[in-house]
Amino acid sequence: MANNNRHGPSDMETFLRGLWEENPVFVMLLGMCPTLAVTNTVMNCIAMGLAASFVLVMSSVLVSLFRKFIPKQVRIATFILIIATFVTIVDYVIQAISLELYASLGAFIQLIVVNCIILGRAEAYASKNNVKKAAIDALGMGAGFTFALLCLGVVRELLGSGTLLGYPVLGSHFEPWAVMILPPGAFFVLGTWLLIFNAMRERSARKAREKAA
Amino acid sequence: MDPDSLSFIFLNACIINNFVLSMFLGICPFLGVSGKRDTALRMGAAVIFVMLVSSACAYGINALLVKLNVEYLRLICYIAVIASAVQLVEMFIKKFSPGLFRALGIFLPLITTNCAILGLALFQTQREYNFFQCLAFALGAGGGFTLALMIMSGLREELDLADVPNVVKGAALTLILAGILSLAFMGFAGLGG
Repeated sequence: MANNNRHGPSDMETFLRGLWEENPVFVMLLGMCPTLAVTNTVMNCIAMGLAASFVLVMSSVLVSLFRKFIPKQVRIATFILIIATFVTIVDYVIQAISLELYASLGAFIQLIVVNCIILGRAEAYASKNNVKKAAIDALGMGAGFTFALLCLGVVRELLGSGTLLGYPVLGSHFEPWAVMILPPGAFFVLGTWLLIFNAMRERSARKAREKAA
Repeated sequence: MDPDSLSFIFLNACIINNFVLSMFLGICPFLGVSGKRDTALRMGAAVIFVMLVSSACAYGINALLVKLNVEYLRLICYIAVIASAVQLVEMFIKKFSPGLFRALGIFLPLITTNCAILGLALFQTQREYNFFQCLAFALGAGGGFTLALMIMSGLREELDLADVPNVVKGAALTLILAGILSLAFMGFAGLGG
């Protein structure tokens, strides 16, 4: 992590780190289950991203507030209870707003509890930093997660049904690639995105090496 | 086949709607510990065991919660049950079979955050299975998880010897392989009827 230097990173750097440099999905490979499961439409991605970000920010703030009072031995159990509380809130709120959305996300709203991004940030960051820093870090990670979901969702919905957010984009003569909205499509699209990001990172690393030489 | 029969529930969870390859549950350990075949097998065995225990516990807890009319506590109770089931299993194995305990190592506590386990508890509640159906479901889901893990680890062991470009190595290759496997498993969808 980059926050070992004397001044520490600025708030903007903390935020951007979650969004790109340490993107939870593409770089740290955390929270893969919802990433693969709910990205068949863009609407699902937005809902899932917002729900997970809300839980992430609220539980990071709470963990950070109570970090001095939580005994070290039971910290994981405490974190999980805090997260489960907020997930229950989100679960009921989404059910109240849109039953249709609730049905299409299925059990994956409740499964936010075991999303490793949230527990990971609580353990690695929120339990060691003050409330403001923890909130900004959680916002950045939430934004990074939503960004990753959208990367997948846009490709899958566009190719899988020729629409974006339900509006037809590619016209009626486009034959949808049904495989994209089915489970294998999720693996293929995520694999391809990882491939692209790997290639980009490799290229910039090579350029940096050439500059140094 | 009768959709409520135990054999159908088992096959459905194991093959037709494989937990890993078509429901995306337990992807993290699937990507993480599928490097070697024997660790994959041990992980699978541990997951089957924890699934059986926590499925039985979740069934009891749910009956209690419904009776007391406090269903909104379901999620918190389930996760607490799973965490304690894992702890219990850990203590049990440590006491009665230290050899197996050492072999499983870090994988045992990590099962707590395996979303396949919580997913199993949530799905069995949603589908209103009775006690024996829950056990068949747990066995099928665990078996399916182990099956996917074994296939993937076999493929990855072979791939270690293959000559692949640097960029593709690692998670990207594993995901694309998983996509092909998932495509193959979709062929079983017809069995569901």
